[in-house]
Amino acid sequence: MAQTRPIKKALRYAVPATVAGAAAVTVGLVPALATPGDPDLPKISAEELITRVAASDARHLSGTVRITTDLGLPALPGPGGGDSRGGEDGARGADPRGKLMELASGSHTLRVAADGPDRQRVSIVEKAAEYSLVRNGTDVWAYDSKSNTVHHTVLPEGTERERAPRGPEGMTPQKAAEQALKAVDDTTSVTVDGTTKVAGQDAYQLLIEPKQANSTVESVRIAVDADSGVPLRFTLMPKGGGKAAVDVGFTEVDFSKPDAETFAFKPPKGAEVTEERFDGAPDGSAAPDREKDRQDVPSGLKVIGEGWSTVAEFTLPGRAADGVRSPEAQEMLGRFTDEVTGDFGSGRFFGTRLVNALITDDGTVYVGAVTRDGLVEAANAAE
Amino acid sequence: MSRADLPRAGASHVEPARGEPAGGEPAGGRDVPARRPGPLWSLGLFRSELVLTFRRWRTLALLAVLAGIPLLVGIAVRIETGGDGTADGGGGEGPAFIGQITNNGLFLVFTALAATLPFFLPMTVGVVAGDAIAGEAGAGTLRYLLVAPAGRTRLLLAKFTAVVVFCLAATLTVAVSALVVGVLLFPVGEVTLLSGTTVSFAEGLVRALAIAVAVAVSLVGLAALGLFVSTLTNSGVAAMATTVGLLIAVQILGAIPQLDAVHPYLFPHHWMSFADLLRDPVYWEDLLDNLGLQGLYAAVFGTAAWARFTNRDITV
Repeated sequence: MAQTRPIKKALRYAVPATVAGAAAVTVGLVPALATPGDPDLPKISAEELITRVAASDARHLSGTVRITTDLGLPALPGPGGGDSRGGEDGARGADPRGKLMELASGSHTLRVAADGPDRQRVSIVEKAAEYSLVRNGTDVWAYDSKSNTVHHTVLPEGTERERAPRGPEGMTPQKAAEQALKAVDDTTSVTVDGTTKVAGQDAYQLLIEPKQANSTVESVRIAVDADSGVPLRFTLMPKGGGKAAVDVGFTEVDFSKPDAETFAFKPPKGAEVTEERFDGAPDGSAAPDREKDRQDVPSGLKVIGEGWSTVAEFTLPGRAADGVRSPEAQEMLGRFTDEVTGDFGSGRFFGTRLVNALITDDGTVYVGAVTRDGLVEAANAAE
Repeated sequence: MSRADLPRAGASHVEPARGEPAGGEPAGGRDVPARRPGPLWSLGLFRSELVLTFRRWRTLALLAVLAGIPLLVGIAVRIETGGDGTADGGGGEGPAFIGQITNNGLFLVFTALAATLPFFLPMTVGVVAGDAIAGEAGAGTLRYLLVAPAGRTRLLLAKFTAVVVFCLAATLTVAVSALVVGVLLFPVGEVTLLSGTTVSFAEGLVRALAIAVAVAVSLVGLAALGLFVSTLTNSGVAAMATTVGLLIAVQILGAIPQLDAVHPYLFPHHWMSFADLLRDPVYWEDLLDNLGLQGLYAAVFGTAAWARFTNRDITV
């Protein structure tokens, strides 16, 4: 049995090496090869494509959405900061509003299903856990499997979707595209930039570029399904280069009607249910807190500029402004903000990859998706 | 020595069964060990390997310890919640699903698997796989085993199959023990899936079985790795220690966020994907990724073990 020549035998080590090599090559190349060229689609103008998006009425849809955000927010300690893995602050439980923040950093997988405007389901796939948000008519159910809690909201009849509590259901390519197309005006260049394939569907690529130089947005790309006009992927590139700040796209999509059972939800046995009236006050004692919060809302919100270089200006309420001036706060601020001076005086600049803020020493705040120079300009002009 | 001799006697009994193509290196020599040994003549050898593995006191002790873990978890949860009180909303860290056990004893199966999968289960697999070849070499029985015209490739295949069967047996031991403890200590009934959907207890049981299989499959990559390590040395203890050490090292690498880029290639990367079987509808992507990754490890280290074992000079 051991008569085979030694050289031939030594060659056997080539087998595992080949297997490993082949696997490495496959992993490296398949993503590139899996999209064998962009599909050939009839030419279409940008206007036509936008109209098609607006007219798209894919009432039935289900699929998997991958969302990756890298806004370059500094990792702050405490709740909401950094890449908190959710769940840790169990107090929040299944309340949908808390989940949106969680999606604002890192990579997440969402499973979505929709059947008309009244019935939707969004589930965030977490490690050995899942967060589901189900809307069925006027009932909005949120279920957090980690804490086994249910949050139930009943909407009054005929509620506009926009008025319903905002939750993670806003994080789909359609919603993102809707927002981006709203911003399209004469400060924007919109072109059709070839075709692509998303989730196995042929799609046109809509390229939106701000014309204003001081915008932090380099470009927005929206892949629009060639047949249905449904936006399948949304990519926002910041000016600083690097990877996309926001990348939301279907990895799997199906335009057939989802099973009705998908939207049927009844609280599981043993789960803790929180009821909420639509006015937003949870049945309990949270209402007075809300009153107090209101006093902390910044006053005198003003909008400067137009289009992509819009800057919001507001004044910090007295208490907060005092807080900013305290030595401790200054020291804290010093760690992740830069000193800025200009005609307006001096202030501190706080930057992320997309949104920048300038806080002047007298407590006025300028925020926008514009560059540092753009903010200083806005502040100078405002004085 | 005497322990190993006993099942070997069994091996010689089935000798005639695999008689025919005994001449030289079989054509199956190019077979990847990860694949099923097709020919019937491997059956006898495989059976004797299986008997050898499961007759070991060490194997039985490992299985007994695995069976004890769900009992421990179950009793701890039972005491902690004082019988029928509800656990406080899964607060704090712990194995996945632990907060659900008080509602449904079936969740003890998932908790026990989630708790044992990171280290305990793979450790037992590492022990069995690491010992497979090196143990025989160390005890001096490998030489005799190879005198019989079984062929090294076939012997390796039989060893690998036995280790894979052990993976399944170990997982099922945890699952069944957890099920029994769960039914005895906690109420059972309809099962709440991760998506908030409720399914019948019977479907819950089916999903639990599927999960046990998924967990067993998760261990195949390590089994192949352990077998490869086992062909490198003549010391069973060294092979076991190396395999378990590798497991721990890889788990540590997997916990370092800065090494994000390599994580998808580490064999435990998709281990927790078994929980995806509890979603409605089942989320297959990670499960299939896991299958692919384990298959890849099995192919690479299986063939590496084959290359080494068929080249090796066995004098001890």
